[in-house]
Amino acid sequence: MRAVDAIMECLKAEGVDVVFGYPGGANLPTYDAFVDAGIHHVLVRHEAGAGHAAEGYAKATGKVGVAFGTSGPGATNLVTPIMDAMMDSVPVVFFTGQVRTELLGTDGFQEADTIGLTMPAVKHSFLITDPRELPRTIHEAFHIAGTGRPGPVVIDLPQDLSKVDIPYEPITDVHLPGYQPRTTGNQKQIRQAARALASARRPVIYAGGGVVLGNASEELRALVREGGFPITCTLMGLGAYPAPDPQWLGMLGMHGTRAANYAMDEADLICAIGARFDDRITGKLSEFAPRAKFIHIDVDPAEISKNIPAHIPIVGDAKQILPRLTDEYRALEADRPRLDAWWQRIRTWQERHPLAYEPAQDGGIKPQSVIEAIYTVTGGEAIICSDVGQHQMWSAQYYHYPEPRRWINSGGLGTMGFGLPAAIGAQMGDPERTTVVVTGDGSIQMNIQELATIRQENLPVKVVVLNNGYLGMVRQWQELFWQERYSHVEMNTYGGEDAFPDFVKLADAYGIRGLRLTNAETLEDDLRAAFAAEGPAFIDVRVTRNEKVYPMIAPGEAARDMVG
Amino acid sequence: MVDTNELLSLDELEAAGNIRTGRKHVLSILVENKPGVLTRVSGLFTRRGFNIDTLSVGPTDDERVSRITLTLDGALHPIDQVVKQLHKLVNVLKIKDLEPTETVARELALFKVSVDGPTRSEIRELAEVFRGKVVDIGKRSIIVEITGERSKIEAFERLVRPYGLVEMIRTGEVAISRGRDET
Repeated sequence: MRAVDAIMECLKAEGVDVVFGYPGGANLPTYDAFVDAGIHHVLVRHEAGAGHAAEGYAKATGKVGVAFGTSGPGATNLVTPIMDAMMDSVPVVFFTGQVRTELLGTDGFQEADTIGLTMPAVKHSFLITDPRELPRTIHEAFHIAGTGRPGPVVIDLPQDLSKVDIPYEPITDVHLPGYQPRTTGNQKQIRQAARALASARRPVIYAGGGVVLGNASEELRALVREGGFPITCTLMGLGAYPAPDPQWLGMLGMHGTRAANYAMDEADLICAIGARFDDRITGKLSEFAPRAKFIHIDVDPAEISKNIPAHIPIVGDAKQILPRLTDEYRALEADRPRLDAWWQRIRTWQERHPLAYEPAQDGGIKPQSVIEAIYTVTGGEAIICSDVGQHQMWSAQYYHYPEPRRWINSGGLGTMGFGLPAAIGAQMGDPERTTVVVTGDGSIQMNIQELATIRQENLPVKVVVLNNGYLGMVRQWQELFWQERYSHVEMNTYGGEDAFPDFVKLADAYGIRGLRLTNAETLEDDLRAAFAAEGPAFIDVRVTRNEKVYPMIAPGEAARDMVG
Repeated sequence: MVDTNELLSLDELEAAGNIRTGRKHVLSILVENKPGVLTRVSGLFTRRGFNIDTLSVGPTDDERVSRITLTLDGALHPIDQVVKQLHKLVNVLKIKDLEPTETVARELALFKVSVDGPTRSEIRELAEVFRGKVVDIGKRSIIVEITGERSKIEAFERLVRPYGLVEMIRTGEVAISRGRDET
């Protein structure tokens, strides 16, 4: 069969039912195969949209996402989602077309060295030189993308090789001598960790995106409840532990709660699970959690002791390790100190410094209140796909995620333009659930063309723009750290306060119902009506212009010096 | 409030470990013999800000496997990090940070020295002392091949430089661990 038809067979064998992509000269044979393949191909309007949609699909479902692009510019447009998937450990297989082998290296039309361009951004990549290798390569690509610490894998396929006849046989085994992820965790170290947890007087559990990726949320809950531990999650870990729970301290880090950051600061033991001590978490590294010993559980050994030396390292899969840790801990019941004094101290911080904002004086809509309204209207049951900026942090602070995979954002790379296409993938992966894009007037304009994809696929995605006419987060930094020297952050200088473009008209042009909300008093009802209506909606909410994200640890400062 | 615009002094950079002057490391890396593998390995060093001192690659007794010998300077901790990151590369099979005292390391160098009548024999004598080999003799130049430890090659360089060193080329070290265990 043609190599391209074998690709389709391989995808079906991997359980793929939807892919995202964009055709072009170099992948025309592949697109010919889509005609008869019986795989749902979603035509995006920009390859970045394909990549982010595949990420959104992977994040919502836990399955491997798939994106297709052609050679040259198609492939370079995929570089951002590839890097994004790398930073957030998202399992995605990217297929790029390549020019004919005889043109390779000649600066041929639409030629780019895709393998070279993407090398620092992939978990692994393959350039196909023998089409008979395709079935094995695809199976190995899915295996690499989805196991261990997940990540992006690129398969670059020259146009001429994609057309030849190859024998097709399903591949089910894997031969990768250099790729053997460790998953089980060392029992001695697990026992040591249990002892440390049982003797700690001020312990904190610090969970990250790895718990979500590893589907270890239930196992995490069991440990936290067994020990009565305080728990905080990273931006990527939101939902790993149910937010509406008394043991939950809120998110930690740069825009985390004071309770979470102060608890880390005073902790004598921190148990990090699938979290990597990012600089947005630690602030000034030398003053981070100065009294604590660290247990570090991670499937990627390179994360352990990368930023913070681990006293007890455990390499492996959280889903396998956590139940064993909980069992070992349970066996030590008699020796545990009580955590009452520690909780008392934490409760004081929580009472003194709740997450809060001043209501608007002039009847305007506060952006935080929009997130609260979305939470109320959806009952916490929606998938929130955020873009990058202030609205992202407010979505992390004021929407209380009860389950994993309900919070989808670009955490590591911080890619503006991520939210809308990610929502396409999330909605297709979990069609019964309400999918909401929370975005800003800056972010949405980075990939707004994907509204056409939403229309074409008739996806009931609800887009909420927190429109303040500014690149709000950059403005906040210029205000706080650059002496209010505002440089190129105002998005609507033409026409003053009348934010432009007119998003309602723009939505209309894409055939999507657009509406503008300006009334704080009717905000919740307006949102409820918009969400209840069938099909997609684009909701332009005019919010107060100068709001800042607080609290905040300034870059390079320590947790105890939080401001706001 | 912190001023993020503040410039760090060179001393502060050094204290923060951004300027490295650690001990020399010899990494022996077994990799799959496939196209692009060397780029993946060397690219990882670039990305982490390491300067590779020497690098040599060659086949092993197994045609599917190549060995990369790589030397670099660095403080101990970041080397650990590089080794762990290297392990993540799918084509990397095995890595060893070789202990200098437990390792046999050799390098090959070719020296082209300018000579006239009387100095030609002096260079030949020097080469003999260093167990080197004269591999080419011309009217005004001579090429000597020296194999050995770095210090030996560097010593020979110091000796012949005053004669007029036209050029010199070194392979970079290859290394193997002592004893019966595989490197």
